[in-house]
Amino acid sequence: MSRFFAGLVGAFVEAWAELRIHRTRVLLSLIGVAVAVAAITAVVGVAGIAEQAQRESFEQAGRPASLYISAYDDITGTVDAAAFGQAFDTAIDRYKIEYSSRNGYGATRVQFPDGAAEVQLITTDVDSAVIHRTTVDQGSWFIDSDENRLAPAVILNYGMWERLGSPDLRTHPTIEMLGDATTIAVVVGVMPKQQWEEDYYEMRMLYSAWERTASPIEIENSTPQYEVWVPPEMSEELTELLRRDIAGALGEGVTVDIGRLDFEGQQGGEDPLLPFKLVVGGVAGLVLFLGALSLVNISLVTVKQRIREIGIRRSFGATAGRVFFAVMMESIVGTLVAGVVGVIVAVFVVSNPWILEQVSGGNLQDIPPFPIEAAILGLIAAVAVGALAGLLPALVAVRVKVIDAIRY
Amino acid sequence: MTLLRLEQVTRSVQLPDASPLEILKGVDLEVNVGDHVSIVGRSGSGKSTLLNLLGLLDNPTSGAIFFDDEPVRQLRSGARDRKRGADIGFIFQQFNLLPGRTALENVVTPLLYAPGDQFWRRKRLASEMLERVGLGSRMDSMPDKLSGGEQQRVAIARALVRRPRLILADEPTGALDIETGASVMALLDEVAEQSGAALITITHDANVAALARRHYRLDSGVLSPVNVARVLEMAAPEVTL
Repeated sequence: MSRFFAGLVGAFVEAWAELRIHRTRVLLSLIGVAVAVAAITAVVGVAGIAEQAQRESFEQAGRPASLYISAYDDITGTVDAAAFGQAFDTAIDRYKIEYSSRNGYGATRVQFPDGAAEVQLITTDVDSAVIHRTTVDQGSWFIDSDENRLAPAVILNYGMWERLGSPDLRTHPTIEMLGDATTIAVVVGVMPKQQWEEDYYEMRMLYSAWERTASPIEIENSTPQYEVWVPPEMSEELTELLRRDIAGALGEGVTVDIGRLDFEGQQGGEDPLLPFKLVVGGVAGLVLFLGALSLVNISLVTVKQRIREIGIRRSFGATAGRVFFAVMMESIVGTLVAGVVGVIVAVFVVSNPWILEQVSGGNLQDIPPFPIEAAILGLIAAVAVGALAGLLPALVAVRVKVIDAIRY
Repeated sequence: MTLLRLEQVTRSVQLPDASPLEILKGVDLEVNVGDHVSIVGRSGSGKSTLLNLLGLLDNPTSGAIFFDDEPVRQLRSGARDRKRGADIGFIFQQFNLLPGRTALENVVTPLLYAPGDQFWRRKRLASEMLERVGLGSRMDSMPDKLSGGEQQRVAIARALVRRPRLILADEPTGALDIETGASVMALLDEVAEQSGAALITITHDANVAALARRHYRLDSGVLSPVNVARVLEMAAPEVTL
C-alpha cells in the first residue's frame, strides 16, 4: 500500500516537475487547447443564446404547447358565440388551464390628425402576451385592470403610432374610434416596428373591452378563436378532453377543431433548430479537432526531444507503466488546467452584455443561464484531448530502448 | 558472495536480408559484492550491448544472467525495472543530467521511483549524497552552471543515492580532462568502496581501467581477462583501445 501510494505521489510529483520545468513549452502548447476549449464552450454557449433567440422568435406563434380551439356548425358554419365561450370557460376551469386567450379579428375606422383611415383590429386577452411572447416597444401590454377602464386601452402598431405623431405615452394619448358612436381609447403601448408594416395600421384591444363597444350584431357574427397554453407533455391528452367537453356542451352538429399553434407542434416532431445545432456542433468540433491536432503534434515532437530523458529515467528504475502514466498525466493535467482557463474565458465571453445583444438581437425575454453542459463539455473535451495527445507520445515513450535513448 | 553472474551469454541481432550478427559470444563474468571490474574495448566491440545486459536492460539471446543467484530472465518487466532502480546505479559518459533541474533535483530523480521511506525522505537523502561528493554548496545550481567535473559528481551522487549494490560506469571520464577524470575516478572508487557496491567500469581509457582490481577486455564480442600490466600497455597511443 505504502509502495503504491509512494508511486502514485511520485508520478504526480514527476508530472508536476515536468510541467514546471517545461512551462514555456507547456504554456505555448496549452494555449492552443485553452483557445480551443474556450472556443467550443463559447460557441456552445453563444449557440444556446442564439437558439433561445430563435426559439423566442418561433414562439411568437405560440409557446409549446399552444392549442387553438375553434368550433363551427356543420350546416350553418357558425356557432353561438356565447355558448362557445361558456363551454370554453367551463373546460379550462375543469382542467385548471392557467393561460387562455380569446382572439378576434376585425376592422374599425380611426381618426388621425390628417384624416380617418381604416385600421385592422385584433381583439385579445391579457394572457395572449404570455402565450405568444409578445413584447411592446413602448408602454406596456394589457393588464387585468384594463378590463375595467371606461375608455378602453389599446396597443398600436408602430406605423399607426407614427401617423398619430409619435405621442409620448406618459401623456396618455387617446384615439377616436369612429363608428355608430365615437369611442375614445387610451393608447397604453406600441408594438415593435416591423419592416413589412409600411402604411399598415393595426391595433390591439382587450376582447372584453371590444365586447362593450361593439354592436350586438357585430358580437353575434364574431366567433373568437380560443387559445390555451398547456404543458407539452399533456397537450395530446388535453386536446382530446377539451374537444370532447366543448363539443358535448355545444351539442350535435357542431365540430370542434383543436390544433397546435406552436412550432414544435407543426414540425411533425422534427426539431426545427436541428440544422442550426448541427452547424454549430460541427464548427465547435472542428475547432476542437484543430486544437487537438496541434497538441498531439507538439506532444510528439516534445517526446522525441525527451527520449534521452525518458531513457535516463528508465535506467533509474522507472517502469514502462510509470513512464506511460507520467507522460499521460502531464498531458491530462496540463489540458485540464487549460480547459478550466478556457471555460472561464468562455464564461466571460458568453456573459458579456454586448455579445448577448449582438447574438440575440437585443430582445431576448428569457436570457439563458451560462450553459453548464457547455462548460462540462469543454472540460471533458480538454481531458479527452489531453488523453489522446498524451497517448501517442506515451506509447512512443514506453517503447524507448533505454541505452539507445540515452545515447540519442 | 556473487552479485552478478553471466554464463555463456550471447547476444545477436537479426539484420534485414542477412544472417544474424553475433555481438557477444559466450561471455562469462562473475562480479562479487564490493568488486571493482574494468572492461576495455574498441568501439563496436560490443560494450554497449554488454552494458545493456549488465544493467538488466536487455535479455541475452542465449546463456543466462543471474543477479543474487536469481535468473534475471524469470523476472517480469516491472520487477526487473524495480530491481534495476533499487540495485543498479548508472554513470554515463555525457553525465546525462536532466536539463532544467538543479543538482539536488537531479539526485532526487532516482528516489522518485523508490518505495516508501526512501521516497518520502528523498530530499534529505539527496542532500546528504551531494554533501558526500563535495557539492553541498552547489545543490541549487543548474547543470549548465556546473563544470564537467562537478556535473559528473552530481551524476555519481545520483547513481549512488539509492545505495545500489552494483554501479555501472560507462566511459565515466570520457568527457573530462585527464586531471578532472582522475579525481572523479578517485571519488567514484572511494564512494563505491565505502558503500560496499560493486563497480564495473566500461571504458576505452586504459588508465581508468587500471584503477580496477580485475580487468577484462572485450574484443569482437569475446570477453577475456587481462592483467593490469597488459592494460597499461594498452595505454600506449598506438594501441589505445
